[in-house]
Amino acid sequence: MAQPIFQTLWKTGVVFLGALTAAAYLVLAERKFAGYFQERYGPNRVGPFGLLQPLADAVKLLLKEEVIFPQASRGLYLAAPVIIGVAALLPLAVIPFSEHFYIADLPVAVLYLLAVGSLSTYGVLLGGWSSNSKYALLGGLRSAAQMVSYEIAMALALVGVALMAQSLSLVKIVQAQQSLWFLIPQILGFVVFLIAAFAETNRLPFDLPEAESELVAGYHTEYSAFKFAMFFVGEYIHLFIVGCLVTVLYLGGWYGPWKPGPHWFFLKTFLVLFFMIWVRWTYPRFRFDQLMRFSWKVLIPVALLNLLLTSLWMAL
Amino acid sequence: MTAYLSLLVVFVLAVLLIGGILVLSHLLNPQRSTNPAKGEAYECGIIPKGDARAPVSIRFFVMALLFLIFDIEVVFLFPWAVVYHKLMLLGWIEMVIFLGILLVGYFYAWGQGAFDWK
Repeated sequence: MAQPIFQTLWKTGVVFLGALTAAAYLVLAERKFAGYFQERYGPNRVGPFGLLQPLADAVKLLLKEEVIFPQASRGLYLAAPVIIGVAALLPLAVIPFSEHFYIADLPVAVLYLLAVGSLSTYGVLLGGWSSNSKYALLGGLRSAAQMVSYEIAMALALVGVALMAQSLSLVKIVQAQQSLWFLIPQILGFVVFLIAAFAETNRLPFDLPEAESELVAGYHTEYSAFKFAMFFVGEYIHLFIVGCLVTVLYLGGWYGPWKPGPHWFFLKTFLVLFFMIWVRWTYPRFRFDQLMRFSWKVLIPVALLNLLLTSLWMAL
Repeated sequence: MTAYLSLLVVFVLAVLLIGGILVLSHLLNPQRSTNPAKGEAYECGIIPKGDARAPVSIRFFVMALLFLIFDIEVVFLFPWAVVYHKLMLLGWIEMVIFLGILLVGYFYAWGQGAFDWK
């Protein structure tokens, strides 16, 4: 009994540290790539090629003054960043990084992902509401409406994967892709999932919750110091997880042309993340009505069609 | 069973880590003089008027209701998807009937303009 708990402890430690580092360096990668896309250098002052920038940012944010706003609902205001941070870390428990390295192989992993994935909506909504600021409230509401709308499309796309793998365990889903990645038979589902993933992580072209030009910073306008950073870290951990999930669900996880292993997993995850950064610096933002219409009138019917076609094809 | 125990461990560690970082930041943060302007909501320099918790658009409420219905529908689909290879054509027909009933509601909501944000 003690043995498995000890094992879980060190694995969780490794995964959490890895995810936090990944989040910190994703911020740097994003700024660096953004720099190159716009023909400038990006951060290059702290350390060689700016590689120590995340460390400098973290220290700066830790030492910043904490302003707790008197009109805010104190309890909820303080709870929101904790919810965001915890909800961002929880999905890591079921992601298989290689055939043998995962914290838990849950038989209902896909349901677990959907359940903890929607927890971050609480953080965003509570953060926006408890701040008692107009921009924050609008940002929180928009964000919640957007996240719940795109969650349905995302979940419908996941049903297609579950159909093909005949299991909800992520390890089994990857094993089912040994000969053929789900990217090919599930191409419709893949596109729907990817688009919904952009919306779920609140990234351009769906970054309305924090549209700077309209809402200042959206739901985290009134947060400072590391409480602000927690929203930021949560967002980038979420992004990293989405990269991992696309790899696990559609791109064959740890399988590759040669010897399978975690290197394939991380290579594919990096490519997916690069794609997401690329899109962010390429497309303009949607309007809110376009965003809602697109989710309900396009993505959900397409995801349903994908589901019907997949199941019909399997029955014949 | 151990898989679920691991989840508990992960949850406890996540709360400790996030809570720890925030407490550390609270301990390290400098106590500066309090300026009353710092306590005001940020509204681009304009002095805030009234409470921020004004009534909000009913659209958000409609969205939340629709989400609940469809989310439950999707949760029903998962167990079906796992055992589908045993049910085959009969399972397909049953699911089409189930989805058909929901689609009636979906198109009704569409016709009522629930998805149009005006």
